[in-house]
Amino acid sequence: MSQPKIRIRGLKKAFGSKVVLDGVDLDVTQGTAMIVIGGSGTGKSVLIKSILGLVTPDSGVIEIDGEDVLKAPPKRARELRAQIGMLFQNGALFDSLPVWENVAFGLLAQRRIRRAAARAKAVDVLAQVGLDATVADLSPAELSGGMQKRVGLARAIASEPAIMFFDEPTTGLDPIMGAVIDGLIVDCVKRLGSTSIAITHDMASAQRIGDNAAMLYQGRVSWTGPAAELMTSPDPVVDQFTHGRAEGPIKMALRK
Amino acid sequence: MNKLLDLVALIGAVALGTVEFIGELGLFALSGLSHIFRPPYYPRLIGKAFMEIGYFSLPVVALTALFTGMVLALQSYTGFSRFGAESAIASVVVLSVTRELGPVLAGLMVSGRAGAAMAAELGTMRVTDQIDALSTLSTEPMKYLVAPRLLAATIALPLLVLLADILGVLGGYLVATQKLGFASGAYLLATFTNLKTEDVVSGLIKAAVFGFIIALMGCFNGYRSKGGAQGVGTATTAAVVSASILILALDYILTQVLFVRVR
Ligand SMILES: Nc1ncnc2c1ncn2[C@@H]1O[C@H](COP(=O)(O)OP(=O)(O)OP(=O)(O)O)[C@@H](O)[C@H]1O
Ligand SMILES: [Mg+2]
Repeated sequence: MSQPKIRIRGLKKAFGSKVVLDGVDLDVTQGTAMIVIGGSGTGKSVLIKSILGLVTPDSGVIEIDGEDVLKAPPKRARELRAQIGMLFQNGALFDSLPVWENVAFGLLAQRRIRRAAARAKAVDVLAQVGLDATVADLSPAELSGGMQKRVGLARAIASEPAIMFFDEPTTGLDPIMGAVIDGLIVDCVKRLGSTSIAITHDMASAQRIGDNAAMLYQGRVSWTGPAAELMTSPDPVVDQFTHGRAEGPIKMALRK
Repeated sequence: MNKLLDLVALIGAVALGTVEFIGELGLFALSGLSHIFRPPYYPRLIGKAFMEIGYFSLPVVALTALFTGMVLALQSYTGFSRFGAESAIASVVVLSVTRELGPVLAGLMVSGRAGAAMAAELGTMRVTDQIDALSTLSTEPMKYLVAPRLLAATIALPLLVLLADILGVLGGYLVATQKLGFASGAYLLATFTNLKTEDVVSGLIKAAVFGFIIALMGCFNGYRSKGGAQGVGTATTAAVVSASILILALDYILTQVLFVRVR
């Protein structure tokens, strides 16, 4: 098999005495979409923030294109990470900037576009996520949650990144909007040929956007397999999680 | 015995915490400073910060200076008339304002206005992941958020203090001539014969330092805030309190450095 686009080995991270990641291993093949599932607070966001360099892991290996970003010199690590676009769990839109500047932000920062041309480009990208030009001059606070998710998506894909991360892209949306966003993600990823990691709690969504899936449990990846097998996997942890059973190996903290 | 050990451990922990805090603050300041001088630059953001810190502070600084000058004239008249030294009022007003009260009061006012606003804005950006989002969009947050504010505040404060100097003297002049019966020409003459360039310049140097401190404490506390709305509130309070205390302490140190050799 060819070298994976992202390769993680033995990734560990603790906050104080609280161990969150305890030896995560994960491979994401070039051009595929990996779904990460797992209970609330198991460290899914910490995992992708580690890859992005927003959280510094305690130990382990994170390779992008075969290069360890944790060992690479800072400049090189930044270059490797610059190919990642990220949709944050809560949108994280810049509320001091209008929508179009949010969308064009990465392109402007990388000097790939002049300021005069940026608004037109942003309107283009907004159209790709089904938003029309009238929202371009609004402030993010004036948008509904679903629209904010779409603007966040537009911002993440505007620079056509080779790698994309989606942190719970459909959480808090109505089922139809969720399906629409999933469609947009699949569209964007397929069109750009990107490699992606998506975190989700939504099994329907997982099967729509994912090629492969990984279950994060007790600080490790306890199961990986094709996303299509999520609902039929005999693995007791996956089975309990995907079917939302109260009884099983996963003990929720509140019952301790 | 155990109690004693606990106490020692506690003191040790506090001391370590303090050293760590000062180290972090120092690194933050150095990093912010270095980003001022390395490209890319953000003139648009420097301009925006300059407006927020300088321009919008004009009314509050102007009023503070005017009333301070007025009250100084009034107070020193009451005091000095007991010694028959009313003629010293003009110098008291101009020297106190330029050397001391202009920079300190402007610093405290701007800290309450602009320093608090910086901490609240950066704090909100931190807890809503906007600062993280910046780095995923090829933008260094220290350069984009912190450096422009440090630079703008360091430039804006001296300009505000220059204005405060003028209005403070004007306030004293108004009270002296309108209320205390001084002759206009004589008062102005007394004001300027005793004023040396270094009185004004030292005040402006203080102002630049205070401006830097205000932005530094605002950004530092906002940047590190965590834990939602409450965390942002704590950061804002900490920014204003720490900047105010630092301004008063540094004022003493700077006065020592700038003036004592003159004697
Ligand atoms: N900066 C931080 N400081 C301290 N603890 C943190 C920090 N970030 C995350 N944690 C802790 O790490 C754990 C995992 O957090 P994370 O956000 O990765 O969960 P998650 O799997 O994304 O959950 P959710 O599905 O609810 O988003 C949580 O218990 C959280 O309290
Ligand atoms: Mg999360």
